[in-house]
Amino acid sequence: MPNQRIVGIDLGTTNSLVAYMEGDRPVVIPGEDGLNLVPSVVALDENGQIVVGNAARKYLIETPERGVYSVKRLMGRDVADIRDELKLFPFRLAEDLAPGEVLRIKLGDKTFTPPEISAFILRQLKRNAERYFAAPVTQAVITVPAYFNDAQRQATKDAGRIAGLEVLRLVNEPTAASLAYGLDQKQSETVAVYDLGGGTFDISILKLHEGIFEVIATNGDTQLGGDDIDNLLIAIALDDIQGDLAIDVRRNSEIVQTVRKAVIEAKIALSANDQTTLDVELPGGKRYQRVISRQQFEQLIQPVIDRTVGPVKQALKDAGLKPKDINEAVLVGGSTRIPRVRVLVEELFERKLHSDLNPDEVVALGAAVQADILAGGSEATKEMLLLDVMPLSLGIESLGGGVVKIIHRNSTIPASANEHFTTGVEGQTNVAIHVVQGERELAKDCRSLARFDLKGIPPMPAGLPRIEVKFLIDANGILHVSARELRSGKVSEIEVQPSYGLTDEQVENMILESFDYAEEDFRQRQVIEARNEAETMLTALEKGRNNPGWQQLSPRERSTIDKQEAGLRAVMKEDDYQAIRSAIDALNQGTMRLAELMMDSAVSSALKGKDMATADVGEGPASPHPIAQAEINSRD
Amino acid sequence: MKETQSKTAESQGILVVTPHKAGKTNCWSCGDMRAAQFCQQCGKVQPPAPVDYFAFFGLPYKLNVETPKLEREFYELSRHLHPDINAIKSEREQQWALEQSSHLNDAYRTLKDPIARTEYLLRLQGVQLEEQSKTATEEARRTGKIKKQVVPPGLLEEVFELNMQMEEARMNKKMGEPDRTLERQLQDARKHMEAKHDALMQELGAAWNEWDALVDRAGRGENVLEEDRLAARDKMVDILNRRNYLRNLLRDIDEVLES
Repeated sequence: MPNQRIVGIDLGTTNSLVAYMEGDRPVVIPGEDGLNLVPSVVALDENGQIVVGNAARKYLIETPERGVYSVKRLMGRDVADIRDELKLFPFRLAEDLAPGEVLRIKLGDKTFTPPEISAFILRQLKRNAERYFAAPVTQAVITVPAYFNDAQRQATKDAGRIAGLEVLRLVNEPTAASLAYGLDQKQSETVAVYDLGGGTFDISILKLHEGIFEVIATNGDTQLGGDDIDNLLIAIALDDIQGDLAIDVRRNSEIVQTVRKAVIEAKIALSANDQTTLDVELPGGKRYQRVISRQQFEQLIQPVIDRTVGPVKQALKDAGLKPKDINEAVLVGGSTRIPRVRVLVEELFERKLHSDLNPDEVVALGAAVQADILAGGSEATKEMLLLDVMPLSLGIESLGGGVVKIIHRNSTIPASANEHFTTGVEGQTNVAIHVVQGERELAKDCRSLARFDLKGIPPMPAGLPRIEVKFLIDANGILHVSARELRSGKVSEIEVQPSYGLTDEQVENMILESFDYAEEDFRQRQVIEARNEAETMLTALEKGRNNPGWQQLSPRERSTIDKQEAGLRAVMKEDDYQAIRSAIDALNQGTMRLAELMMDSAVSSALKGKDMATADVGEGPASPHPIAQAEINSRD
Repeated sequence: MKETQSKTAESQGILVVTPHKAGKTNCWSCGDMRAAQFCQQCGKVQPPAPVDYFAFFGLPYKLNVETPKLEREFYELSRHLHPDINAIKSEREQQWALEQSSHLNDAYRTLKDPIARTEYLLRLQGVQLEEQSKTATEEARRTGKIKKQVVPPGLLEEVFELNMQMEEARMNKKMGEPDRTLERQLQDARKHMEAKHDALMQELGAAWNEWDALVDRAGRGENVLEEDRLAARDKMVDILNRRNYLRNLLRDIDEVLES
């Protein structure tokens, strides 16, 4: 489909955005509320309906057991990985989780996996885009932290599929930001992107040269961001309140969420002011107040932001560069609004910062640029090409639990490696291979990526089979493995079954389930919109009855309109949007002549000395003919 | 020396590569005959052919490589082969693009790095680099033995002394009594080893020139003696082994000094 629009999506820890390349500029597509940012909050309302974004925020405070935020922290991880997060975040896990199983989060009386929850957010963005284009959107580029591992990337791709989006590319967030930055940058230069978001930190160093954006090194921490700053402040406030109220406030999620909201407001205020008051209204009419100075705040958060220094230095070292070799330092992510963070980055790169870009939007805008490149490129992007790297080394476990690295970190992707394996026992037909990701020497300290068996090896004396395994990292940073036995000449393709994550079958089921939600959503939306339209139509008709034009209609014409009006009022009460639409269309037809007459009378009154601007043609079934609203109807 | 004792370099093909990119075929799409990785005429990506990294870039098997030129070529090929450029093509073309561009990236990564390039060429020449060999590493892990490390003869005494010092420094650190004098000695030793490492890289450069001269002679159709090829090859193997030894030594000193 040549006219398919590919959107760019920033699926953030705190906020998510969808953007699109309009001509030669990327623009963010606002939601129905007119806002660009969709908070990454999902709630299940009392009627079992999913609510996303700003509308879901109130649930976090009123009925916290129905809402969830920062779900990105759980993508591609299992229970053992998130033990520490659970102390800080009010994630309510399903009780019956088996070890190694994909997490499930409770929302009200239901449970959802992190990819499903992310899919709800994606679906909201998809809807926003469809509303904007008045056309279906099925393909997207989604950004991920550069330091996301294979499991986290796979989980993000799954989320896209569940939301009904074909994910054409996963792009690393700092790299996406550089695309938005580099759109207007014509000279060759070396750029560092420092991306401190709500939950993740990335540093990427890129070479920009004649439209090629070549990532030289990347580093980061997928569990470091503004959330960690919030948690420090929350801990202090909760300690204070606990002493005051003498109850276990940490178990009271309502208080925790109220404090969290106040803390975030205070944090934001401290980026502009020298001091602020943390102000929390507690249940029972009590009030907690505490003045925080910027100095205190900066002291408090220093250990958190200092955790970004190691990755920055490592990235520079890997790139073989000194701070003075960096031409520009670009800031991305909401947490880079904190003045202390800016000072730190200035110190690290020994220069003033580039901050013309809105740090909340630049990643989504870059994703839109990448979407445009994938779609074949436009005038603005036809010379642009992104060469990204693998953030973590890929290795295989050797005898004795060591790791043999086969693709090193910062290798340009796609990348591949061929390895040879053999058997250790006579007649052995299976060989087990354990693939890990990470920089540590021992397999147990790395992230286990997949264990798989090479099966169907022809029985031969030990050491004779020659099994060639090809590891291929695609442009999304996701691993594909294939294997063949060379000695016997029999080519056997082997599917890698990840030791984490959802199986294809699970994803398929989730897609089917999501259709149920989607059908329901779609139907309800159509009914509401049709009713609104009918209301407008009826109001207009009321005005038309008072217009001189009404008297010029024949009695038959008037009675037809009356009947059509009654018909519309009757079907409006029902939930059948198609019936409502037919009734609207009928009434529309019936009032056509009335509209013409009203137009005539407006023109003649204009000739009598009024001008068009004051003539009463703006409202009512005057011209332009009522109800010509553009609306999606992808069912047709 | 009798002609029968010294063979002509095992098929000149080991040294000579065809001047144009290997694996030229007719474009599957438009039939143009100038298609290698992609078609010169219609730009379409072609099915991957199994060629080595030098052949992929149409380079002779020489070790002096103009890296700026290599980089330009890499960018140019990326513009045709990268999956992003082929994102909305047929599934088959997307798969070829994935394979072609991963091969391109692997080749560029190897050839732009002087050491990786030398090791790769030596491997093409049938050398199993002891230090690099995974079998050796695994064997060492399994048996719990330290991997065989041949101390370069000229360093024997110095290394013995250095190992004693490092051991002492480690002990001191463990006891929490760092010895500043000893640390300074290690710093000096480190500088000395670094200088040796630099000298070795010079030596490698000279060995490259020797090798490249053989390739040039073969390219002109002159006879290259097998023993000359082996001599040039083994000289590089020796330099790389010594370099690896030095590098490990430097790493160990850094570990002691940093911890």
